[in-house]
Amino acid sequence: MTSATQVAPVSPASPTAGRRAAGFAHLLLGEWTKIRSVRSTIWSLIVLVVVSLGFTALFAALTAANWNGPRAAPRDATILADPVNSILGTGIGLGQLAVCVLGALIMTTEYSTGVIRASLLAVPRRIPMLAAKAVVFAALIFVVGEIVTFGSFFLGSAILHSHVAVSLGQPGVARAVIGTGLALTVLGLFAMAIGALIRHTAGAIATVIGVVLVLPILTGLLPGSWGAHVNAYLPEQAGGLISQAHEQAGNLLTPWQGFGVFCIWTALLLIAAGYLLRRRDA
Amino acid sequence: MIEARDLTKRYGDNTAVDHLSFTVEPGRVTGFLGPNGAGKSTTMRLILGLDRPQSGTATINGRPYRSLTDPLRTVGALLEAKSVHSSRSARNHLLFLAQTQGMPSTRVDEVLDLVGLHAVARKRAGGFSLGMSQRLGIAAAMLGDPQVLLLDEPVNGLDPEGVLWIRNLMKQLASAGKTVFVSSHLMNEMAVTADHLIVIGRGKLIAESSTQEFIARSSDKSVLVRTPDPARLTELILAEGGKVTDGEVAPGEAASSEASKALAVTGLAAPRIGELAASAGVVLHELSPRASLEEAFLELTSGSVEFGTHDPGGQQPGSQQPADEPGHASVAERSAR
Repeated sequence: MTSATQVAPVSPASPTAGRRAAGFAHLLLGEWTKIRSVRSTIWSLIVLVVVSLGFTALFAALTAANWNGPRAAPRDATILADPVNSILGTGIGLGQLAVCVLGALIMTTEYSTGVIRASLLAVPRRIPMLAAKAVVFAALIFVVGEIVTFGSFFLGSAILHSHVAVSLGQPGVARAVIGTGLALTVLGLFAMAIGALIRHTAGAIATVIGVVLVLPILTGLLPGSWGAHVNAYLPEQAGGLISQAHEQAGNLLTPWQGFGVFCIWTALLLIAAGYLLRRRDA
Repeated sequence: MIEARDLTKRYGDNTAVDHLSFTVEPGRVTGFLGPNGAGKSTTMRLILGLDRPQSGTATINGRPYRSLTDPLRTVGALLEAKSVHSSRSARNHLLFLAQTQGMPSTRVDEVLDLVGLHAVARKRAGGFSLGMSQRLGIAAAMLGDPQVLLLDEPVNGLDPEGVLWIRNLMKQLASAGKTVFVSSHLMNEMAVTADHLIVIGRGKLIAESSTQEFIARSSDKSVLVRTPDPARLTELILAEGGKVTDGEVAPGEAASSEASKALAVTGLAAPRIGELAASAGVVLHELSPRASLEEAFLELTSGSVEFGTHDPGGQQPGSQQPADEPGHASVAERSAR
């Protein structure tokens, strides 16, 4: 026997980098099966698409019908100043609540149904399990989110076409449209992290919606310039800046800085969720 | 092989598992027995890495569960019946588990066949009966053809046919050299299933022995007799040198009715009691020899019942039988006689 024919035995107990990568691919596949096989995913995404496009069309149509109408001047001025932000801010502003709900549900239903035990028995390493779920969910929301934002943009700009001309080629517009889809993705992860921390559906959804809708109103009541400064760094407020094609006077952050702040909030919550997932009993 | 060393788990002030150590050997069915709330499920969750113990270690084939790669290929576990998303199909539930282990989807169909759920594989699991959910849980446990199985109350909610099926499955797996660790709060069920018993109460180890030893130690060889004429029969038995006590201690059964009274007879075999009754013309409604394992078990764990009912007239053994499983209990009892 020559040494060339000898094959070194590969110990299955020492996973190589290749094995780890294959392992993570398996986790992604499993999480994809999980997410696509429940009705709440389908329904939430349908609500996201229908509400976003529906309200964008409604807003644009009402605006176009009342253009130059009585008392419409301030609104018309706002739209002329940043038509993209106006188009993306209405329908998607409502549709994003579906992303909040789905993000929270994706974690909390694991607990309410007991699937978390099956999941953790199959994947006892908590961090890869959470990471796989986050990657699959983010990819799904990114794809659907970009479809919704581009759809809303084209729909809204087509309806408002005779009053304001807006196209993807104008400065800041492509960034605002693509960025809004990105912000939806981060919002989904933000909601997912809160779902992982709170573990109860009602509590998690209430918290996410509270942070997105209620908190900015409360911090707006703070005295002096406090309100503006605190508000600028709130997750949803900061993340929303990316939807502005033209930076508004008084913005404390640029669109990408705002998006970065939103990402940092989300990353911190995901890290906390991962830490607690390791520590807490399932 | 499963090894628990000095496991302790507290939830607030309540100590669910208290310095528990034991070893579960391969090649036999090991019954994990204890009253409700004794800490059986918690112990299993600790072994499976779902809960973290305050102290102690649990290993499977020498490794903690959380360090296993593709753990379903090593360990199969059935915990509470419902751990499936109600709107997910049985097949998709098993499919995601298989995918995380890098197993092909053909394995999913194999285990669906094994547990007899093929016809409903694409139905929403939310509509499953308790028995079907239990079968789905067993399918999940068998997915990776594991060397070690942990089953928490697997016969819960199953019909007699299902109980028999699980019993045979566990015996087959054990005889194939696998480690089978199965919990129950029913002594009689364990008596016919397990080769070895680990008995706990209030989180502490109470007894560990082979089932045979346990039975030999526990049986008091009494005979239960039911007759409408207890006075005459008692006279006859005492004359033959037997002893008679009230039969009220029989667990899970009505002690006496209007028409007949139950007597526990020791010192005489059942055939002799029958002959005596026949010769004197005394009518018998029942004549059954008992290996009163359930009683022995209750006696063993009576100091350690977490949720015992306190009857002013004394300990009520029947309270250990869950009221919602009459069919199951009677199957187990019958088979133990």
